This record gives sequence, structure tokens and C-alpha cells, in this order.
Amino acid sequence: MRYLPLTADDRSDMLARVGAADIDALFSDIPADKRLEHPLDLPMRKSEMEVERLLAGLAAKNIAAGSVPFFVGAGAYKHHIPASVDHLIQRSEFLTSYTPYQAEIAQGTLQYIFEFQTQVAALTGMDVANASMYDGSTATLEAVLMAHRVTGRGKAILSGGLHPHYAEVVRTSCAMTGDAVVSLPPDVFAAEDLAGLVDAQTACVVVQSPDFFGNLRDLAGLAAICQEKGALLIAVFTEAVSLGLVTPPGAMGADIVVGEGQSIGNPLSFGGPYVGLFAAKAKYVRQMPGRLCGQTVDAEGRRGFVLTLSTREQHIRRDKATSNICTNSGLCCLAFTIHLALLGEAGLRRLARINHANAVKLAELLEAMPGVEVLNKTFFNEFTIRVQGDGARAVESLAAKGVLGGVPVSRLLPGAGLDDLILVASSEVNTDEDRAALADALQGAV
Amino acid sequence: MPTFYTKEHEYIRIEGEEGVVGVTDYAQSQLGDVVFVELPLIGKSLTKGAESAVVESVKAASGVNAPVSGEVVDINRALEETPAMVNQDAAGAGWFFRLKLTDPAELETLMNEAAYQDYVKTFG
Amino acid sequence: MLNRPEHPTQGRSMQAGEATSLEIETFTSNRGLAIEEGLIFEIGRPEVSGVDLDEPAPFKDRLGGFERKDPIGLPGLSEPEAMRHYVRLSQKNYAIDTGIFPLGSCTMKHNPRLNEALARRPGFADIHPLQPQSTVPGALELIGELAHWLMEMTGMAAVAMSPKAGAHGEACGMMAIKAAIAAKGEGATRKIVLVPDSAHGTNPATATRLGFEVRSVPVRGDGTVDAAEVESRLGPEVAAIMLTNPNTCGLFERDIVAIAAAVHAAGAYFYCDGANFNAIAGKTRPGDLGVDAMHINLHKTFSTPHGGGGPGAGPVVLSALLAPFAPIPFLRRDGDGLRLVEHLDEAPDSFGRISAFHGQMGMFVRALAYMLSHGADGLRQASEDAVLNANYIRASLKDLMSQPFGDQRCMHEVLFDDAWLKPTGLSTLDFAKAMIDEGFHPMTIYFPLVAHGAMLIEPTESESKASLDLFIATLRDLAMAARRGETERFIGAPFYAPRRRLDETRAARSPILKWTKPAPR
Repeated sequence: MRYLPLTADDRSDMLARVGAADIDALFSDIPADKRLEHPLDLPMRKSEMEVERLLAGLAAKNIAAGSVPFFVGAGAYKHHIPASVDHLIQRSEFLTSYTPYQAEIAQGTLQYIFEFQTQVAALTGMDVANASMYDGSTATLEAVLMAHRVTGRGKAILSGGLHPHYAEVVRTSCAMTGDAVVSLPPDVFAAEDLAGLVDAQTACVVVQSPDFFGNLRDLAGLAAICQEKGALLIAVFTEAVSLGLVTPPGAMGADIVVGEGQSIGNPLSFGGPYVGLFAAKAKYVRQMPGRLCGQTVDAEGRRGFVLTLSTREQHIRRDKATSNICTNSGLCCLAFTIHLALLGEAGLRRLARINHANAVKLAELLEAMPGVEVLNKTFFNEFTIRVQGDGARAVESLAAKGVLGGVPVSRLLPGAGLDDLILVASSEVNTDEDRAALADALQGAV
Repeated sequence: MPTFYTKEHEYIRIEGEEGVVGVTDYAQSQLGDVVFVELPLIGKSLTKGAESAVVESVKAASGVNAPVSGEVVDINRALEETPAMVNQDAAGAGWFFRLKLTDPAELETLMNEAAYQDYVKTFG
Repeated sequence: MLNRPEHPTQGRSMQAGEATSLEIETFTSNRGLAIEEGLIFEIGRPEVSGVDLDEPAPFKDRLGGFERKDPIGLPGLSEPEAMRHYVRLSQKNYAIDTGIFPLGSCTMKHNPRLNEALARRPGFADIHPLQPQSTVPGALELIGELAHWLMEMTGMAAVAMSPKAGAHGEACGMMAIKAAIAAKGEGATRKIVLVPDSAHGTNPATATRLGFEVRSVPVRGDGTVDAAEVESRLGPEVAAIMLTNPNTCGLFERDIVAIAAAVHAAGAYFYCDGANFNAIAGKTRPGDLGVDAMHINLHKTFSTPHGGGGPGAGPVVLSALLAPFAPIPFLRRDGDGLRLVEHLDEAPDSFGRISAFHGQMGMFVRALAYMLSHGADGLRQASEDAVLNANYIRASLKDLMSQPFGDQRCMHEVLFDDAWLKPTGLSTLDFAKAMIDEGFHPMTIYFPLVAHGAMLIEPTESESKASLDLFIATLRDLAMAARRGETERFIGAPFYAPRRRLDETRAARSPILKWTKPAPR
């Protein structure tokens, strides 16, 4: 077996040193009637060539985003990733290293985490950011749990513009612990009144912008109400590129900002692995979940970095930890930070403007079509359209014509009476030809 | 001003109807460099043995329990800025909080100075 | 640290073997290939970009006035600057590809590059979780195939694929248990979860997070959990036990079948922390041992790269009793194909959803490639080699280093404590840092908590005998140096790492968690 270096002679020499008659002697603590005497009923080992053939065959059955006009979003976005990003994250010293517990020989990882934390804080307009969570949805849950700790209250209010999966994740966890959740109905036009719901039992209000339907939301008024009532405002985003163009949540008074970082540096990958971003006001830092990297000096006085404030974490605080998270999204966070460093301030702003410009072009094209209605007043790179008939059927028929045209709202919100809505996203990867192909295909589908 | 001790290495120094609570010099030497102290809120009622504060070193967090029951009347805010005072002067400037005792009889369950010094010796 | 030269060379060229040591302060602070590297905020400039993008033609925006006007504060790097920055950073890291990485409980085994290549196929990496299911049959088939392997290897009835790491898997499994308890109408009474003292910190953290109360179970003199101790703590208020097997002391829980039986007899559930499944894969099946739920760290047992702390993947296998409560989404075979069930109306008993989308696809591809490569025979061999390697290290160090629970056969990792170091005045930390100077990553230290000054060594099956022999010889040399009182080799260590020991107290007392622009002088 190509991954196993021991030879038969090695094994018998080593067994002799150990003083075991055979390998099974080392497994004799397993109750005899529970030991497997033979290999499992699964295929035997395969060469690299055979495995490649099998899995490449499966890959070939899927329609890749890059091979068709592609407008699918709703929480995961297709962007161009510079070739250097993927090359760098495959450096052995990044790819095959562990969580940087031995700081002296993990300065590479620690320094990029420190840079990542700084970038995320700047991007969100917040004081501090952690070293990443699994994804945007789990980061949102962590933010709600943190609000419980900070306020000592149990009730979370979830906007109807929050990504439905994110809302489900929060509801599932709170149902387990018996914490109250007020989850508002889908809010297609960003018309709900959240401020009126905040009361003395409210731990937090969770609002997404751009929201699930693409609308940009003003959080400033809500932030003021939350502050007055002693609740925390949790701002969520699913499209990190938007922060290059729209007012950051920190500037509107959010207490905690969480979001999905996939769209910078990370491929779609059918939903994971992604990278959850988590930022907060400095005064809440000791209630934050996850790892934090901090700057310090070594014994010779040179600048260096370590994991810090670890007493918040499960490996030290156990049942009193701020979260159970251990493994996070290390390599995805590296991809994020490299891509963002390559873009830089000017590049990110340009990228965001291109995304918006492409979405505006698409909206104008669709608005001109009979039978299609664009519902958004505001949006970044994704908006909601209403079609005649069933959105899911329309999307299927687009796919049959070789266009991946969007996400039917009913895929995430079945039975909500929104079956005629489709979310359509457009990023820098879309060309005029792509947009024309979508319009053409849609013409026949609605 | 008598001082009493718990088996968990907290002390309470009696000053009239109040007591000053902290961790002993032995405790700080075992904790190592203290990096953070989480103090109770003023006005909080504590029952004997209840976790009332948390003292953190780089790699450990230890609960500090109320040696006796009482109400928190003052906290040592200086520790928020300078937690190292716990290491430098545990019995003095490194105090945690002041308790107004609700049941002074509880002091009889604690060790006095001499008993505590003997107790610490058992840890080698 | 380094010796002053006794005979200056006066600039003449030196013959082989004539070199002398000299500590030189370089102008750059670099030391040859060890290059000091600034932060991107010190190197980059806001107007520079390593990505060429054209400004869009003027258009009427639809931002409704929410335009970001103030500077964000992001530096930009050209591509050559970025390459150099991150390559230099990478060179400050130790990695599996550098040498043995014997972190106990972490399973730092070889990461095959075939797996990386396959996960990057556009058919896997460039597909969207919400594109029509009809356009991703190969992805669904891959998840189904991986699920089949996981169920077959564990002897369990179902598997939840969406957990994103081990701790997330723990939460998933414990939520299924909580839902099952609630379904029996016992939600109000069964509130206690038993956790042995040797458990990973994630276990108590997970249980508390879900509203359970944690009660600890002591570890007996041989390092395992006594079924009688568990039994004495069981009752109508106990929801579950969370037990790691093999445990964090590297030992197979000898009473596991009796523990499972007692737990079930008391109406509670057996959650197994599967972090150490790599020791027993192909040798026994958790389902046969009485486990009700167990997460599998694909990044440990099935070698998806640790990546400096993630991403991982933590699918949870479930018994038939718990299967109905599994989270959405899951795969269902309908007629001629697989389909994702994404909503509760099709899964009335499901406890809900734990993350957006369908799990860590990128990790699934890598894990399945690993399994197919090994096959049933190779997986069994890998477990055997991992256990043999750990025992080989144990047998080769037991005369010099102490074991907290006596010398006994271990599974895939071997646990030492610091009793043997006590007379030397050195700590486990000192010993670990001295290993760095020898070119080794230290073992896991100070975990598990049940061993004083723990040193937990997990070599994995990826190490050759020659590699193990050098590792053993080095540890023996260090141990003997410690015993001889050569403390200077330890106290200040590491001497030869990119950084000397870092001041963690300073970092924690006044945290600096991001770069800030220095004030102009």
C-alpha cells in the first residue's frame, strides 16, 4: 500500500521489540466476540490511477459553474479565484500543519491569522475579529449564543430577511435549550418592523444585509433601539464582496458582525468547506467564541504571535467554555486572506463595483422582459425576480437549456407562498453573452 | 484582624462586619502569571462555597469561591488593569472583593493562619 | 547559544571541517534562509492590486445611498509580493511534510496529494450547493458512497453528513439523543451527561451548550473507565454518556460492552467520541460495541489535511434508534436516483438543521479517495501499523520515561507523564521545546488532564521504522541529558526555531488582536 512505509520485516522486528506474538496481541483488549477477523465487506485497495478514474467519473456527471452561464447565489457565490491563491494554500507547510499550539514553529500560520483578523475587522468596521468559524450559518448561531452570555437574556429576534438556513440553525439550537426565538416570516421587500419587537427580554436582533432577497438594509435606527433596550444587534452577510461597496455594519452600530467568507478565495465546493467570519466590539472580546491570535514578543524581544485569551476555549474551560469549537476553517481563512491581500483596497472596491454593475445590467435586461418583474429597490449583486408560474420549474427548464439561472425561493422556503420567486446573482464572471443567454432561456421558460 | 482560609486557598480577612476576600500567596504561586480576573457585581449575594470570581493564567482558569456567605460591597477594580497584583501581593493589593457577612458563624468552619500554614505544607 | 570563534579565519577560504561558529548580527535580522517578514499592512499599499480588473463603465447604481465612502484600510500586494510574503511565512511552519508530527489525539498522518487533485476537479469544486439537483448527480452519488463506507466501517444504521468538524459532530449526535429523549417524553428529567475526566474539552462544552448538566466519571488506576463507576452514576436523570474510545490515554476501553449495556438498561444513550477511530477502523465496529452515535473526524482518520487548524468534517453515524432524528439535509434513494431531503415536512422526526447547505463536500472527496485507495485491506493495515508504531515507541522509551497507568499495551498513541522529570527540575514544556531544536514537532502536552504533565505521542502509520528509530534515539538522548542535569539545553529552548519562547502572559494581559497603524512620530 503506497501510503504505508513499514515492510513485513519491519513489522516483525517491531513486534519483537514490543514483545507481542503477533499484531492481534496488541488488539486483545477488544472483546473477542467483537473483533473483525477479516477485512470489511468493502472493495480492496486501488492504485492512484484507478481511484482517479472512479472519482473523475463522478465529477464529470456534474455541471460545473464555470462551464455554463451561471447566476446561482443565495449564500454561496461564484467568483474568480487567482491561481496564486490555490498554489499558496497547497504549500506543504500550510496544508499539512496543525493548529498553531507550538507557536515557535507555527509563526507562518499565526501571522496570517493575525493579518486575517485585522482584515476582517477592517472589512466589517469592527474592533476585533476571531480566527474563523465553520461558516456563516454556524457563526450566526455562535453570535446568538454570545448575545445570551453578554446580556443574560434568552430571546433572539430573527429578521425575515435572514438566510433561511441560518434561521433554521439558530431555531434548531434554541429549541434544544428552550431559548425563545421570534423568527419573522419571509420579508421579500425589507418592510418588517423589527424595532417594535425589541423588549427587555431580548438578547439580540439578527439582521442580514444584503438580505436573503438581495435588499440593502439600514441598521442604524435598529442599532439605536437595541442599545436603548440593552439588546445586541447582530449583523449578518452572506456575500463578503459586498463589503467593498456598501456601508459596513460596524459603521451602523452593530455589536457583532458575522458572515460567510466563501466568496473571497474559496470555491463553491457544493457548500463546504467555507469560512465563517466573526467580529465584535472590543468590550465583548472575552465572550467571543473560537480562537484568537495576538501579538507578543519572544525571549529575544522580537515580534511574534501566539494564540491568546485561550481560557475562553473548550480545551481549558471545558463545560464553561464560550463555545465547543475546536477545529475551525484554517486553510479557508488562509485562502480568504491571500485573495484579499491580492485584491487590496483598490482591487476589492473595483471587484465590488463590477459585481454591482453586472447585477444592474442584468436587472435592467430582465426588467425589460414581459412576464418578469424585478422586486428589489436596492441590491448589491443579487436580487429577486417574480416570474409567471413556478420558479422551480423555470429554473429546471433553464438548466435543461444549459443555463444555471438562479435559486427558486421555494427551494429554501417551501410552502411560504413564494413559489414564483427566483433569486438571481451576477458576479464578475458573467459576460454580456451570459446575460443574453439567461434572458433568452427565460423567455421560453416563463 | 484575623484571617481565615479555605481548603481551596481562598482567604477572608475580617474587618469589622466585613471581610476582604482573595487567593493566598500559595494559590498565586500555583497559578503562575495571572492575566485576568473576573470579579462579581457589587450588590451580589453569595452563599458560602458559590463561585464568585474567576482568576485566569495563560493556560488555566480557576473559580474563586465565597469563603462564607455575604453580600459583595466592593470589588478591587485595579485588578482589571493590573491582574499581576495578584502575583505580587496576593494578601494585600491583590484582594478580589469585600463581603458584608450574613452569617459570621460560618467562619468557624474555616482554617486559621496556623492551620492553613500546616495545610499548605502537606502539598510539599 | 553559539560559541565565539577561538581562531578567527582572517578571511582566508576554509577547508571542509574548518568552519567555526560566530554569532553575527545581520543588517536585515535575517539568518540566511530564515527571512524576517513584515505584515501585509507594512508591505502593501492601498492602491496596489495583484488582481487586474477594469473599472466598469459608468452606470446608475442601485445601492439606495448605502455606499461605503471611508477608506477600508486594506493593503494590496502585487502577485510577486504576495508569493514572496506567503512563501516566507510558510517557511516558518512545521508540517507533516517536514517531519514526524506526533501530536497525540490529533492524528497527523500523511495527506495524499491525489486527494487534493480530485477535490479540485471542477465537477466537485465548482458546483453550487443550490444548483438543481438534476445537475449534480455525481456529487450526490459521491456523498452516498462515502456514507456507505462510513456505515459499513462502523456497523451503524445511518449517518448525518452535515457536521463541519468533530465538535460540530458531537453537537449533532447529542442533539439526536436529546430529540430521542424528548420523543419518549423524558426531556424534562434526563438532564445529566456523564463525561470521564480523560475526555476532550469539547465533550463537556458540547453537553453544556445543549442544556445538559455534566457529571464527571473518574478514571481508574489502569487509565480506563470502570463499568461499575458508570453504573453507580446512572439513573432516570441521566441522558447519556460521552465516552472516547480508544480513550485519550491511548487505551481501549476494556469495559465498553458492559458500559453500553448498563447505559442502555438505564434508558440512556451512548455517545462515542470517535476522534480515535483510526486505531480500530477495520478491527472492530462501534455499532457492535453498543454505540448509539459517534462522530468521525474525516481530518483525522481519513486524512483530509489539517490545514493549520481546519477545515475538518465530522459526519455522525447513528444507530437505528437515533436515525429518525438525524438532521436535514440527508440523502434519500428515490426510484432510480439519490435526492437530498432538505425540509422537515419530509422528515417529521428530524431535530432540524445544524448548518447551511449539505456538509463539507471538499473533505468528502478527499476522504473517499483515501478510503478507495486503502480499500478494506489497507484500512485494516493502517490501523494495525498505527498501533504497532505507538507500541514500538512505548517499548523503546518505557525504561526512561514514566507512564501514568503503568506499562501496558496501548492503541495508536502512548501516554507518558512527568513523574520521571521531577528530579531534574524540568517541566514537560521544557522537554517539548527541546524537541523543537532537534527538528521534531513536540507531542501533545498537558493533555489528557488525568496525567500530570502529560506527553501524548501519536506517531500514526505514516512513519517508517527509520523515522521512528531516529525519533526514539533523539528522545532517549534528551531524556538522558535531562537526567544528567544538562538543563541549559531545555530551559531556554527552542534556540533554533524562527522564534524563541513567546511571552504568552504579555499577550493575554494586554491583548493586541489586530495591526494598528503606528502613530506618526
